[in-house]
Amino acid sequence: MSATKNMTIPSAGPDMRHLLDQDVVIAGDTAQGATGAQAIEPTHSPRGPQMTAAPVPLPGVNVGADVRREVEQLLYRQAELLDGKHWQEWMDLFADDGIYWMPALPEQVEWEGSPSIFAEDKLLMEIRKGRVTHPNAWSQAPLWETNHIVSHVALESVEGNRIVVRSRFHMMELRRDNIRHFGGRYHHTLVRADDGQLKIRLQRVDLFNAQAPFDYVIQIWV
Amino acid sequence: MDVRALVEPDRVHRTVYTDQQIFDQEMTRIFERVWVYCGHESQIPNTGDYVAVTIGRQPMVMVRAADRGIHVVHNRCPHRGVQVVGNTHGNTGAAFVCSYHAWSFYLDGSVRAIPLAKGYEGTRMDRSNPDCNLKRAARVDSYRGFVFASLAAEGELLLDFLGDAKIAFDDMCDRSPVGEVEIVLVCHRVVQHSNWKFFMENQLDALHPSVTHQSTGIAAGRVERRLKEQKGSAPLYYHYLSAFASSFEQWDSVQTINYPQGHGILKAYMGLRPQDADTLEHEALLKKAYGESKAEEYLSRSIHHVLIYPYLSVQSPLQQLRCLRPIAPDKTLSEIWHFRLKGAPEAIYRRSLWYYNLVNSPATMINADDLENWTKAQWGLQSNGGDWVSFHRHFGDDRVDDGVAYSNHGTSEVVMRSQFAAWSRYMNGSAA
Repeated sequence: MSATKNMTIPSAGPDMRHLLDQDVVIAGDTAQGATGAQAIEPTHSPRGPQMTAAPVPLPGVNVGADVRREVEQLLYRQAELLDGKHWQEWMDLFADDGIYWMPALPEQVEWEGSPSIFAEDKLLMEIRKGRVTHPNAWSQAPLWETNHIVSHVALESVEGNRIVVRSRFHMMELRRDNIRHFGGRYHHTLVRADDGQLKIRLQRVDLFNAQAPFDYVIQIWV
Repeated sequence: MDVRALVEPDRVHRTVYTDQQIFDQEMTRIFERVWVYCGHESQIPNTGDYVAVTIGRQPMVMVRAADRGIHVVHNRCPHRGVQVVGNTHGNTGAAFVCSYHAWSFYLDGSVRAIPLAKGYEGTRMDRSNPDCNLKRAARVDSYRGFVFASLAAEGELLLDFLGDAKIAFDDMCDRSPVGEVEIVLVCHRVVQHSNWKFFMENQLDALHPSVTHQSTGIAAGRVERRLKEQKGSAPLYYHYLSAFASSFEQWDSVQTINYPQGHGILKAYMGLRPQDADTLEHEALLKKAYGESKAEEYLSRSIHHVLIYPYLSVQSPLQQLRCLRPIAPDKTLSEIWHFRLKGAPEAIYRRSLWYYNLVNSPATMINADDLENWTKAQWGLQSNGGDWVSFHRHFGDDRVDDGVAYSNHGTSEVVMRSQFAAWSRYMNGSAA
């Protein structure tokens, strides 16, 4: 506080530089006061902690049009099965050891041991399916529908019987008279089973609003 | 508004859930007076780390100062009222700096710099005026790392406010061999379209689970049984879900303890002591740290939930905490956190994480049905279909000892009767 007393404030002049150089009051700062610009300069960042910058996504690999089409068909099929509430058929898209994972944070890398929105193997999927189809699943009483759009399909790698593919989704949900939007990225690890069929080993779903408040909750896979 | 006529010993008038004026009074007489949970010390380890928190209707900031102290200040520049932090959390460096005219403030809220301060000379906003500081919460205190603030200068101490419900934090921390937890930096936030009191009542309502959560309990029980038949055992997390479909009789056999401040405990041992290697390792660590008998005491506590009225539900055996931030009579934000036991095996964290993911996440297989109930309750009570809400179950059957109401019926509505007794005292101004 005492630092204010000895300060001489230059008389006002026409130049901005002069104003910026003018002292501001810094309690306890005995030498010279910081400028107004310095007052906001030193240690301050108005932003939250910086997340590690995400790597620039690699462009999709060029593979045969038939593989690409096959992968796209699987993604579209999934959207149709979810929108049609064909839960068992949707679960059948997954390999026996398949995992559906919706992380809480984009920087999470492990489906196990991470606080997540969904982290389900096929047994847990079976519980969810059993729950929503039970006649006394009260929260299923209101009419609801979803509509998925999947796009931006980019194959990241095709190695042996394993394909990694990313895509974007947008889902609208109607519940009672309200519409909600969910958007984000899918990251699928697909495996080709012995019978030649592609199955989902890991479906990672990064909701872009995963840490925003949820208006009500999500009852079924996105 | 005189609320005395709205609460009777065995029933309450519907307007306590729906009326805007009553809600406003709850904010001024309860939420902006009592000790409100702000966060955990481990959320803000470094100088300048801050978390925005709402106390009642007041946007506040909890911040770590250079001397390791924690301050809670109003998020409002004293100059023209602009909020000094603009994110839910972050680091503000050595000072808060207002984005409008660069007034800056030390982390305890006191003013640090005013640009062109000469311009204030001779006015009553001279920097010697304490109005130049960020307004601080009247009182800040913490218990075992959990930070609380009260906006009332007068009133009981934090420990007196918590009373016996402080067991919520003891039970959580004592399960760590070093007696501490640290927060997991994920916060699920779910908006409930219903009055905050439904949540508080529901947490200790042991009659509802086998009705409301029947679908999940049955579906989980089916898979759990199959696994047990096939493999001899099933992971504990199936039990987390299947237990919701326990019989009425089972739920009725648990006890509730209801404290005069509105706090409460739903007892029920959560079956967290299977004899697997991870559990045994954890128990050995606790025995080494605290001795055989203390460790046994800590591990055998019978707690399902602890409620700290009017806004906190702590599931201490699983290190989860849900905090309510009421927004309107029919709108409540819940913040859902999980904690790690310092020094405990990773497997113990993962075991409790299953509960966080399956029950408390925004894709919860449990609360989806609760939220549906409360929304419909809100709509029901907004109607003229009836004026009163009944809390008659086991009315007259409570054992009251030194102000604490015990019930041997988990399904007794003593929980709600007790909460509303506390609510009335607050609203009539007769509580601390």
